[in-house]
Amino acid sequence: MKKLLIALLFAPLTVLASENVHLDKAPVNLQDYASLQRGARTFTNYCLTCHSANYMRYSRLQDIGLTKDQIKHNLMFATDAIGSRMTIAMRPEDSKKWFGMAPPDLTVEARSRTPDWIYTYLRSFYRDDKRPTGWNNTVFPNVAMPDVLYGLQGQQVLKDAGNGDKSELVLAVPGKMSAAEYDATVGDLVNYLAWMGEPGKIKRMELGVMVLLFLGLFFILAYYLKKEFWKDIH
Amino acid sequence: MSAMQKLVGWIDDRFPLTSNWKAHLSEYYAPKNFNFWYFFGSLALLVLVNQIVTGIFLTMNYKPDAKLAFASVEYIMRDVEWGWLIRYMHSVGASMFFVVVYLHMFRGLIYGSYRKPRELVWIFGMMIYLALMAEAFMGYLLPWGQMSFWGAQVIISLFGAIPYVGDALSLWIRGDFVVSDATLNRFFAFHVIALPLVLLGLVVAHIIALHEVGSNNPEGIEIKKHKDPVTHIPLDGIPFHPYYTVKDIVGVVVFLMVFSAIIFFAPEMGGWFLEPDNFIPANPFKTPEHISPLWYFTPFYAILRAIPDKLLGVMSMGASVVIMFFLPWLDRSKVKSIRYRGTLYKVILTLFVISFIGLGYVGTKEPTPTFTLIARVLSIMYFAFFILMPWYTTIDKTKPVPERIPE
Repeated sequence: MKKLLIALLFAPLTVLASENVHLDKAPVNLQDYASLQRGARTFTNYCLTCHSANYMRYSRLQDIGLTKDQIKHNLMFATDAIGSRMTIAMRPEDSKKWFGMAPPDLTVEARSRTPDWIYTYLRSFYRDDKRPTGWNNTVFPNVAMPDVLYGLQGQQVLKDAGNGDKSELVLAVPGKMSAAEYDATVGDLVNYLAWMGEPGKIKRMELGVMVLLFLGLFFILAYYLKKEFWKDIH
Repeated sequence: MSAMQKLVGWIDDRFPLTSNWKAHLSEYYAPKNFNFWYFFGSLALLVLVNQIVTGIFLTMNYKPDAKLAFASVEYIMRDVEWGWLIRYMHSVGASMFFVVVYLHMFRGLIYGSYRKPRELVWIFGMMIYLALMAEAFMGYLLPWGQMSFWGAQVIISLFGAIPYVGDALSLWIRGDFVVSDATLNRFFAFHVIALPLVLLGLVVAHIIALHEVGSNNPEGIEIKKHKDPVTHIPLDGIPFHPYYTVKDIVGVVVFLMVFSAIIFFAPEMGGWFLEPDNFIPANPFKTPEHISPLWYFTPFYAILRAIPDKLLGVMSMGASVVIMFFLPWLDRSKVKSIRYRGTLYKVILTLFVISFIGLGYVGTKEPTPTFTLIARVLSIMYFAFFILMPWYTTIDKTKPVPERIPE
């Protein structure tokens, strides 16, 4: 019953997210700081050239266990003010010309797309000569974005199984990483994106436990107060 | 005489403090048999205060500007001290307002609280509900996400269905040919000052009307019929304060537990309270695949989509809300409370609840042929509940109502 209720509750989300494509479960663990730090590194190295994270400040990375010096020396390339936001130099009007659209800001992307979607998407690029970029994607058909991670993953092709059977992605040219290593790297990146969507989430939940405990105590007091007042009402 | 008594006396000579305290709290006699359903009135007031207080703090940091609005919400979520909590209290509070108000209205329905002499209590309540819908609709534009934008675009364009003046009217509402900065600015003005003023005034009128006639109760009996011959206090009444104030505190704490559980552990409520698409900034050039309003509007949205003709659809949607105003005169039953009604009424009320929840569900779905058919059947059920009410409440076999509230 409980499961059913939860399933019903989350039904609209799953409907929105699925779009008839099977999504793999993203390994999100907001308390795994090592994973978040690896994800932050991948993000600043590979994503933060075309995609901004305009609402995110570098200094917030201290929340995932990094020191100011670590952030400055390893993750900040364009600026050295720790309080500055993760902006990019690429101008939207240029990128619009180059890609057909300006790459979306990624600060809260995980909250609109869901981590599972991004996790599957980043592992579903394949070579397609019909596309201007030379790349296509099974999760996001005819996407404007080329595969920037192919150096790590290698190059996939879409193998047509024929006769209406589902076609599948096959690795044609290997990259620097094995499939497992690549999945882990994307997993860390998606974990980071999920964290960046709401950096205060863990704190929020911790506070929630305290608030509910307080209200639980308050309930006992309120209940006996009511009982005392009402004992002569029949 | 103590200093405190002196002070109160000083005030009483100049302002009706003690007499108001008595009239509305310590000597306002409420029936002693209020049950679970009677918590939602005071809870609605609590949520109203929550919305106003959190709204004030949000206004301090929010920017009603199409270029800045989305970013300012994220600024509140990230950089403003406790901003995330205030924002979630406000966004979850909006949905909880409707949860509480729907339960409050359902209480009125099952115990006949809208019946004579409480017609004006009901009508003021319905006006609050209308104002609340406008308030929620305009507030939803402010985060300036994709759903904010396209939801407003769809709903405002509905006015365009009105013959002759429609297009001019929707243009006048938007202040532009599409939803734009001008729309955002005026919706902000309505959301933070105009409608809250209307709401507060209506809430005061709702409570004054209620205290004039006295509260109904689960038995649907008038407690004023049997008063103590000496004190003239209703025999089945108890002073609102302290009895119902201490009881309502228990209700408040339980409500706050539910409210906090959502705020701290599931503020998006799986997409029901904060839609995923609203984390994408508004883009006038990119229509989302599936536009749907938040859950509290979906029953009416489903009725709108169920009708093939746009104008008739808009009229039906309007009628589905307006028809509720007439409830006091549609119900012809000899009894008020469901406890003394017959099986016929209970079956029809159940069908009505199914139609309302069903419409709400269908309203969140893509209008496939199956869902459209379901929406049509449910719309007929919804309207039949009101239109056939004078008939089925007359022939319904009621039970005799006791004179006094049973022990």
